[in-house]
Amino acid sequence: MTEPIVNDLTIQAATVNGSGSQTANLVLTRAIFHMGIPVAPKNVFPSNIEGLPTWYQLRITPEGHMARSDKVDILVAFNAATWREDLKTVRPGGVVIHEEAYSTADARTDVTYYPLPFAKLAKAKIQNDTLRKQLANMIYVGVVAGLLGIPWEAVEHGVRRQFLAKPKAVQVNLDAIKVGYDYWQDNFSKQDPYRLQPMTGAVEGKVLVEGNQAAALGALMGGVTVVAWYPITPSSSLCEYLIAYADRFRVDPKTGEKLISVVQAEDELAAVGMAIGAGWAGSRAMTSTSGPGISLMAEFTGLAYYAEVPVVIFDIQRIGPSTGLPTRTSQADLGFVYTLSHGDTKHLVLLPGTVEECYEFGRDAFDYADRFQAPVFVLSDLDLGMNLWMTPEFKYPEKKFDRGKVLTKGDLEKLAGEWARYRDVDHDGVTYRTLPGTDHTAAGYFTRGSGHDEHARYTEGGDDYARNMDRLARKFETARQAMPAPVIDESGKKIGLIAFGSTDAAVREAREAVDVDYLRVRALPLSDEVARFIARHDRVYVVEQNRDGQLFDLVRLALPPDLVERARSIRHYNGQPIPAAAIVEPLKQQEMVPA
Amino acid sequence: MSTTLNRVGLPRDAYKGAATTLCAGCGHNSITNHMVKALYELGVEPHRLAKMSGIGCSSKTPAYFVESAHGFNGVHGRMPALTTGAHLANRQMIMLGVSGDGDTASIGLGQFMHMIRRNVDCTYIIEDNGTYGLTKGQFSATADLGSVQKKGAVNTFQPIDPCAVALALGCSFVARSFSGDGKQVVPLIKAAIAHRGTAILDIISPCVTFNDHDGSTKSYSWVKDHEESIADVSFIPFFEEVHVDYEPGTVRDVQLHDGSHIVLKKLGDDHDPTDRRAAIRVIEEGRAEGHLVTGLLYVDTKMDDFVTTERIPQRPLMDFGEDELRLDREQFAHFMSEFA
Repeated sequence: MTEPIVNDLTIQAATVNGSGSQTANLVLTRAIFHMGIPVAPKNVFPSNIEGLPTWYQLRITPEGHMARSDKVDILVAFNAATWREDLKTVRPGGVVIHEEAYSTADARTDVTYYPLPFAKLAKAKIQNDTLRKQLANMIYVGVVAGLLGIPWEAVEHGVRRQFLAKPKAVQVNLDAIKVGYDYWQDNFSKQDPYRLQPMTGAVEGKVLVEGNQAAALGALMGGVTVVAWYPITPSSSLCEYLIAYADRFRVDPKTGEKLISVVQAEDELAAVGMAIGAGWAGSRAMTSTSGPGISLMAEFTGLAYYAEVPVVIFDIQRIGPSTGLPTRTSQADLGFVYTLSHGDTKHLVLLPGTVEECYEFGRDAFDYADRFQAPVFVLSDLDLGMNLWMTPEFKYPEKKFDRGKVLTKGDLEKLAGEWARYRDVDHDGVTYRTLPGTDHTAAGYFTRGSGHDEHARYTEGGDDYARNMDRLARKFETARQAMPAPVIDESGKKIGLIAFGSTDAAVREAREAVDVDYLRVRALPLSDEVARFIARHDRVYVVEQNRDGQLFDLVRLALPPDLVERARSIRHYNGQPIPAAAIVEPLKQQEMVPA
Repeated sequence: MSTTLNRVGLPRDAYKGAATTLCAGCGHNSITNHMVKALYELGVEPHRLAKMSGIGCSSKTPAYFVESAHGFNGVHGRMPALTTGAHLANRQMIMLGVSGDGDTASIGLGQFMHMIRRNVDCTYIIEDNGTYGLTKGQFSATADLGSVQKKGAVNTFQPIDPCAVALALGCSFVARSFSGDGKQVVPLIKAAIAHRGTAILDIISPCVTFNDHDGSTKSYSWVKDHEESIADVSFIPFFEEVHVDYEPGTVRDVQLHDGSHIVLKKLGDDHDPTDRRAAIRVIEEGRAEGHLVTGLLYVDTKMDDFVTTERIPQRPLMDFGEDELRLDREQFAHFMSEFA
């Protein structure tokens, strides 16, 4: 046997959608995490309820790399339809656990096979007829645990954690896992180098959270009280988590009254419309959707921009239309969202790069929306939103809500009613508003789009319109300075990388292979720091997960002409989360460094 | 000019708005006047009124009454979504939506229906003229089959009747009226405001410029000749005493949530406004006979409205702060530990 490979391997489970394999994979993930070993799971699933192939990648590294791996060490082959193709993905020297009925007669000889009679075992050993299909997947959890040396105690923890809300399910699942665990002990001797050993120091203080869970918690902590949404993958789980958290934390146990309303709207037009209505009336309001929903929200978002109504819109990006690849990840909504709607609209966009930022930006988005009286987008994606990520525990917010410039009845009395809704008193483009219900005769005004004067009175006057547009531009510049600054990690290198969102994980890993500085953009409009970063480097590569280099375009527009040549582009857009290799290889090619 | 103060101490002028920019003689201007009268007489506090609208001639009108109230002129056909959200944020506001037949029966039909389905507490007035005025005279979806456009084109499609749609969906308040019939419109507006739930009030409101000619079924003369009121409507607000001097069996009395009463005096056949199937039949019979049936068609005072179903507290959601909305430190720490 070759040198042991410890805590540094990628497991890929190839199964059939709807068979309960996701639960089995999560149990395995939690068991390994419980050993103190960093895990990075990626669920690759089809747009389908049952029957199509699905894959779950569980990457394990001592360093805690969070990006997808492009190499498979251990394949769990549980889908006859894809078995031949799945086999090709295993690295030489890797391991293949497979249903023994799959023939290996003319298959690869550079991998170790562990054939298992999964179907027979399930039939013989799992007594529960109704749950047999679901529990059968648990058998491979037991086999992998045996193969890699996962202690039984860790397996038990994984099951208990996964069935936190259904403690009755714990024993029946453990029994199924035991079937595989025992089969491994009784029938195989280990012939491969892969092993897991408990670690200390790598996961302490860390938790496993999905970006959509983090964003839902963020919204709750940000004080959201009106949520309107329409179901769409990969955004639905955000609102579903919010419903669950709201039921737990926002219901008065005595009266049953709720300090939140989560409305499943008839479509995305209504969803964003309700959120805007609520934002106008003074609630912290949001909607959550993905690209197709964003398309439907375009008109209303433009109205909110011009009428200056706060609202938070989460976009959990995916690939294309419903008839595209709706369950695959993408960062291709950036350009569309930034200028969504007709006319001279441009929006404030938060770009969380980690689940911790999904929480923080999901919370602070409401402050930005209130402060700038504008729609604020939070642009996440399927990879960030729906996969579990290892993260430091989130911090409790120390700041109070920033409700922005709101005049109360008392304020109006002091001003003797002398105010104008759209007058730039502070010369920052941000004007004062009153909320409906304010008991003062000067409080009310008729909200509408761009056809108004400073007093919100209807006008089609060109000067009034132009003056208002200039003020809105001024407000945007004020916001540019206030939005989260880029994160810069720089030490005088010649080459720099720029990225945003979930691409962060792959960039961080790539920097172990190439000597580059790094700037991560966290908001639009772009910070002035971006141009300064480029000025300090010979070449800067903008890395992103879309075909056309949408951030690259925005970066170039922000550069003085003499710097434009320094910006280059690396793009990844096959629907799979970007691996580090997809950055390192093109970078080396373009820089012509011998491999 | 009357300077009599209403129950909240305001003169009628406090309910006026900016000067109308609609055509002279437009039915919508009459409805605006009816609105001023109804709101003044009801003693609605202007700061508690939210005037919501979509796009079109109708949707401009909230600027023409109660100038000191807040209002929101939204996007085409989307008044219901804005209203729903605003009401959730602050259920103390009296939501008054003004829409048109294009805004409601075409581009906004989906939102119209879903608002009814949720029974959002709001008054939803359709200023219904069967035509698109601002874009110069195209048919709308409420135009009757065979009705004739100003330039002679004949409508070849079945109309969508907002009242029939509302009744089919189980709407909790459905009424129809005519902009020229203030005696009927004013009490219906008051009743709609007092009603807790979605109150649909379809008011035929002739467009003097594009749809007031022979061959139109939304012209002043056609409506005057064909209106058939099912009952005389009076509204007795909760702050006035009820005197019913009618002979027994000649009136129906409907008590609303706030203690107000709608008193309906029979005209011809007796219509029970709590019988939804009867309401549908009355509309269908009127249509078959070539009449425009007006009055309170249906009311259900028992159905829960949206904020009740959603269990929203009386205190406006927009009023709660971080101390009440955030998890406390202990809850937060415990919640985080569950992710380990």
